[in-house]
Amino acid sequence: MNRPFKPEGCAQAPILKERGQREVFCGLTGIIWLHRKMQDAFFLVVGSRTCAHLLQSAAGVMIFAEPRFGTAIMEEKDLAGLTDANDELDREVERLLARRPDIRQLFLVGSCPSEVIKLDLSRAAERLSERHAPHVRVLNYSGSGIETTFTEGEDACLAAMVPSHPETEASQLLIVGALPDVVEDQFLRLFRDLGIESVHCLPARRRDGTPGIGANTRYLLAQPFLNETAKALDRRGAQRIAAPFPFGEEGTTEWLHAASQAFGVSDSRFASVTDAPRARARAAVARVAETLNDKSIFFFPDSQLEIPLARFLARECGMRPVEVGAPYIHGEIMAPDLGLLPIGPVLSEGQDVDLQLDRCRAQRPDLTVCGLGLANPLEAEGLRTKWAIELVFSPVHGYEQAADLAELFARPLRRTERLAV
Amino acid sequence: MKLSIWTYEGPPHVGAMRIATAMKGLHYVLHAPQGDTYADLLFTMIERRDHRPPVTYTTFQARDLGSDTATIFKDACREAYERFKPQALIVGASCTAELIQDDPGGLAAALDLSVPVIPLELPSYQRKENWGAGETFYQIVRHLAGPMERTPELSCNILGPTALGFRNRDDVTEITRILEALGISVNVCAPLGAEPKDIARLAAAHFNVVLYPEIADDAARWLERTYGQPRTKIVPMGVGATRDFVAEISTIVGRTVLTDESGLRLPWWSRSVDSTYLTGKRVFIFGDATHAVAAARISAQEMGFEVVGLGCYNREFARDLRTAAKEYGVEPLITDDYLVVEEAIAAAQPEMILGTQMERHMGKRLGVPCAVISAPVHVQDYPARYSPVMGWEGANVLFDTLIHPLVMGLEEHLLTMFRDDFEFHDHAGPSHLGGHAPTSQHEPVPVEQQAVNAANTAAANVEGAPSWHPDAEKELRKIPFFVRGKARRNTEKFAAEQGRAVIDVETLYDAKAHFAR
Repeated sequence: MNRPFKPEGCAQAPILKERGQREVFCGLTGIIWLHRKMQDAFFLVVGSRTCAHLLQSAAGVMIFAEPRFGTAIMEEKDLAGLTDANDELDREVERLLARRPDIRQLFLVGSCPSEVIKLDLSRAAERLSERHAPHVRVLNYSGSGIETTFTEGEDACLAAMVPSHPETEASQLLIVGALPDVVEDQFLRLFRDLGIESVHCLPARRRDGTPGIGANTRYLLAQPFLNETAKALDRRGAQRIAAPFPFGEEGTTEWLHAASQAFGVSDSRFASVTDAPRARARAAVARVAETLNDKSIFFFPDSQLEIPLARFLARECGMRPVEVGAPYIHGEIMAPDLGLLPIGPVLSEGQDVDLQLDRCRAQRPDLTVCGLGLANPLEAEGLRTKWAIELVFSPVHGYEQAADLAELFARPLRRTERLAV
Repeated sequence: MKLSIWTYEGPPHVGAMRIATAMKGLHYVLHAPQGDTYADLLFTMIERRDHRPPVTYTTFQARDLGSDTATIFKDACREAYERFKPQALIVGASCTAELIQDDPGGLAAALDLSVPVIPLELPSYQRKENWGAGETFYQIVRHLAGPMERTPELSCNILGPTALGFRNRDDVTEITRILEALGISVNVCAPLGAEPKDIARLAAAHFNVVLYPEIADDAARWLERTYGQPRTKIVPMGVGATRDFVAEISTIVGRTVLTDESGLRLPWWSRSVDSTYLTGKRVFIFGDATHAVAAARISAQEMGFEVVGLGCYNREFARDLRTAAKEYGVEPLITDDYLVVEEAIAAAQPEMILGTQMERHMGKRLGVPCAVISAPVHVQDYPARYSPVMGWEGANVLFDTLIHPLVMGLEEHLLTMFRDDFEFHDHAGPSHLGGHAPTSQHEPVPVEQQAVNAANTAAANVEGAPSWHPDAEKELRKIPFFVRGKARRNTEKFAAEQGRAVIDVETLYDAKAHFAR
């Protein structure tokens, strides 16, 4: 239980760094879940038709309710002079806020074209904040593909929020990263039962739930891709609690335990709170692991969840990772998970998709985790695949979702066994 | 700058991808940042394609901008050429690369590759997907199609079908069958399934069939000017249009060609008495111009519907749509703003929408059934079965498609007769469509719709406007929901014209008699 994370597993493993064509989403994609998580927020991308089309396509099916995101599509005349672009932006924001009085937080989201023409969205956010305060808080971040890869968009968003949070001296625990509400509620219940009094979430569901941050704030990252957010919290004096990420029974236990240690929860209380859900999770995972045991798995880079997921699949489900690719590997944040990941797989960072496809074809893994652009083509080559995007769109953290997480990987394999066509 | 939430069309380079993905032996090197690869999933997921689109993205990042993005392009281009060994390359920029002005065409030409390199200029901040597809196909044809002897036998090319098109796969099969039955062989079908070497022999055909003007019009006009190939102008969608198409071919080839209509069922299906209930159904039509115009003709002439709205999202073909709208006596709606379309549909209160996947969502919100007849598409628009919308079988398919969302004849009567039945009521919806019952009463009304409603209410409250007697309100609720709005407006208009201050049951029936069809 009280495991020191000494250098073991893949902690010292070499990392294959690649540079080339990347088959990944840009950071704008995070808006798809962030706009549901923050119920009084609107995400206004300042970008091109491509950005709008990406959001529409990444959402897969259009969301029936009017979404709380949109794209201010720049046109020829906006590119001619920046003053005009700012006026245009102010006008669009004015119209939007008039139409949506329920909006309390507005994020101006930078895109590749807005970054390239150097449209200063931070000044625009300041200007618009002054105009619409106190009802609406206007923040900005970049979700552009030239600066962010997929989940880095959430990182940039949360990092942008941190300075706007009030100061607090209170001793508290902050859970950082957008989690499905059901998972967040489970974690809050567990921390309450452990006796940790003051627990808050970043992002909060609504603006009036915005937690304070200060020197007595200790935080747990719930998602592995929050490097910039961690830095912003550190700058506010908060302290990070290092832990593996809460995927699977083991990861969840280590994650909860790290916080419990920091808040002086006794081992007996920890055991009394977690023993039952741990046993439940282990039993549920074991059933699914029958399908996964001894199967090889290959991760294409996608969400930065790859290393913690490979750790879970290797240690709790008996899978054999052959390559674990991630868009970025932040050594410090990833150290606990890398330390637990058994030696063996190629660790790769970045991507040259054609070279990686060559490696994948040579390995012929039992299961390949990849983006939607690669999945059907690989299936057609006889490889079983798991869409990576489902892993960020489904509740997969914590004890009660551990078996669901395993099931996401088992289903394609069981489907193959079942089909006789 | 224009706020957009949902768009009908992607950027023009996605149009270019539709051409590249439709073809074989062609590769597209696209100067683009990370993230633009999202477009691959349109093809692999929506269309269930089993190959990656033949596109190499340069994937430049912010740190490259200060240094040398041009080198990144050249390296990507050379590597793509070596790895994929295409017969020809198309090169271009996405919206971001357009801003950094690296000139992909010039850079690729400087590599001195041994295959044709076709530069694309697709202005992302002015143009959209269909235009990009049409321009790309035109450039490919211009660069590759050379002079050829005509084939000894009578032949034509089929031009226009692409990847990610609406039912293009089956339209090609259907039209090929019809042409072969006429004794005309297909020289090349392009871009769908064609290789660059096939494009080179386009001029061997005696004429061109333009299946989708949005994609192939420019290319076909150039072939007509350059190689004297006549082109068809009628899109064979619907019975009448397919017959006209065959007649047009007779004119082009200079002799009467005979067609075999034995598989055509629409005319009898439409004339059989069961279809009487379709008479005068009020339909609102929106899509790309080609599909919308065709759907309007089918609706009016072959289904017996009444066209109450007609529009398209591609301005490039607005003229065709305006002409058609005039014919049906409706205002043409040319817009790519889905909120405007939704407002127009709400105002027209049709009994059915023929639209795109966007209108299908609007229909769900407004409680109006919708049949999808045009791109933008969804995975559902790629059925496993054979389901063209062109030619004879296409007409059969469209008959089924257009009646499927409706409440059927006798069911409609029963709804009218016993509308207070607790389980057989307005909101139960068509009994054969379990999950698609109109639920407009129970779903939150969209904000823009609230605004419309508020405006209407405000208008109704103006001084002198007639008010509703409770009995008349109650009687009004007995009218089926899909015509209730129209009945309400007509009655109010009638009462106002008659100077009646209160609308009672008498007024309601007077108005009904006044406006009787």
